[in-house]
Amino acid sequence: MKPLKIADKTFTSRLFVGTGKFGSNDLMREAVAASGSQLVTVALKRVEIENENDDLLAHLKLPGVNLLPNTSGVRNAKEAVFAAQLAREALQTNWLKLEIHPDPRYLLPDPVETLRATEELVRLGFVVMPYIQADPVLCKRLEEAGAACVMPLGAPIGSNKGLATREFLRIIIEQSNVPVVVDAGIGAPSHAAEAMEMGADAVLVNTAIAVSENPAEMARAFRMAVEAGRMAREAKLAPVISGAQASSPVTPFLNDLNDLL
Amino acid sequence: METFYDVQARYDWETVRKQIYACTPADVERALEKERITMDDFAALVSPAAAGYMKEMAAKSYAVTRRRFGNVIQMYVPLYLSNFCSNQCVYCGFNCSNKIHRVVLNEDEIRREAEAIRRKYKFQHILLVTGESPAKASVEYMGRAIEIMKEYFSQVSLEVQPLEADEYRYLMDRGLHAVYVYQETYNEARYPVYHLKGKKRNFRYRLETPDRLGEAGMYKIGLGNLIGLEDWRTEAFFMSLHLRYLETQYWQSKYCFAFPRLRPYAGEGAFNPNYPAGEKELLQLICAYRLLSEDLELSISTRESSVYRDKIMPFGVTTMSAGSKTMPGGYADEDDTELEQFAINDDRTPAQVEAAVRAKGFDPVWKDWSLYLQESCIGNAR
Repeated sequence: MKPLKIADKTFTSRLFVGTGKFGSNDLMREAVAASGSQLVTVALKRVEIENENDDLLAHLKLPGVNLLPNTSGVRNAKEAVFAAQLAREALQTNWLKLEIHPDPRYLLPDPVETLRATEELVRLGFVVMPYIQADPVLCKRLEEAGAACVMPLGAPIGSNKGLATREFLRIIIEQSNVPVVVDAGIGAPSHAAEAMEMGADAVLVNTAIAVSENPAEMARAFRMAVEAGRMAREAKLAPVISGAQASSPVTPFLNDLNDLL
Repeated sequence: METFYDVQARYDWETVRKQIYACTPADVERALEKERITMDDFAALVSPAAAGYMKEMAAKSYAVTRRRFGNVIQMYVPLYLSNFCSNQCVYCGFNCSNKIHRVVLNEDEIRREAEAIRRKYKFQHILLVTGESPAKASVEYMGRAIEIMKEYFSQVSLEVQPLEADEYRYLMDRGLHAVYVYQETYNEARYPVYHLKGKKRNFRYRLETPDRLGEAGMYKIGLGNLIGLEDWRTEAFFMSLHLRYLETQYWQSKYCFAFPRLRPYAGEGAFNPNYPAGEKELLQLICAYRLLSEDLELSISTRESSVYRDKIMPFGVTTMSAGSKTMPGGYADEDDTELEQFAINDDRTPAQVEAAVRAKGFDPVWKDWSLYLQESCIGNAR
């Protein structure tokens, strides 16, 4: 499997995981370790960034694991930029998962504020990973603004509905010059494998692991699915053939070409 | 501009009540099959016909809550600033005709309370409570209290008299996150029977408070009715109607329901509920609210017993208080229980409640907000 490069970092794991919703910080730590993930998101609202002994952060001190602070809770670009600067200083990382979802119901991202914040944060030297709607044009705009990758959603956060935005993800993957990380909605390892087979560069999973009855085991399952999907992609999937090919209206026309070809 | 008062005016209490009581098991089954229910489905879920489907409702409520909120329970603690009140509500201990010792904490006392809570417990979310007395606890007083709280806590909420939208904005600028305002009853005709004196007698002004909160852009708006005053099933319908209205009108706010329950009480001169709801009914109500809205926060206070709180914790509840003292000054001076607003039925310490939450497999969350995420606090937040 080819490693994945985002900004200045190289990842051998293409599974990123979230740290919310776990029944305890111990379960969370076990699951993160089992996932093999090298990039884990942490909600700034959940941690005391100025407290060195913050329990959640302490549980994430694992070899090879990089923190990716997220701005969940902010409503606009101004708030996101401010929070990002505090996080950079306290957590010593310029990586940021940009989340601006002013709608608390479905937690859907605000495209206008996200683009605005990305422009500003890139200017300030951040590695910006924006969470966004599966909107191909918006993805190109974010790429032009200097986003390190794009993180389109498969389905609303926490819905476990899989790749409901499949057709748009396909276009995004086809057009993107930066890595595409499918985020949100991935509820089963098969969804993750499907995203990887489609050509996504990585996936981000949280709820499906955190609320399963055995989070560590589920994390392992996702790890394997992501690897399987990526391997299949690199080995090139055989095309899907629909129906038999014996004869079709085009056959005589093709036969006419025999002399020519 | 239309408010919820106009929306509610299109419904008749008695007609809704009859609709609920006429629901059949088939109506309940249909509601249980849906991913997003209608108000008619909700009527079925709070109807007597749903009593035979409690296990199904609880199982679905559990699954939906876990998927949306995870295996966590949010923890908060109330801090009573004042028990002065200019209202005469027949069910409340702060009632202005009650001859109790009245207290309003000054800034030093407020600070002492905050320090006592932070020293003894893990709470980072605080709910400031007052009786309704603008003369004793003004908007400026609340603003000052919020500013003090910001030094100690990462989320500050308020449960006080209804205010104007610009007053809410003033308090948000000081760091306020959420406001809880309880309608007590949605039955306009019966409302005056319980509210004898004071500004609270104005049903419409109180009912339109969440509209003013939404207009002010409040992060979270808490609704509640006092279970026992009127038929709780019909109350639930109207509060849910209120939620559906607010969700589309003020789409950037979060919503939280509380369901304080009055219990029959033998004491002399005590208020007895006309329509008491039992523990099974309260569970039905909690599950119905969860199936109404996946992202609605559901908060259960220490009015309910420890055994009951532990038992129903997995089935929709998202938020719990613990170790509550309902008299001003109660955290710094723990022996004084004379001034309580209502009786606490879960008197466990926060550490004991934390252990009970963990025993269910849930992580107690003490902090789920950072003040610096709030635009109004940029520059001066903890």
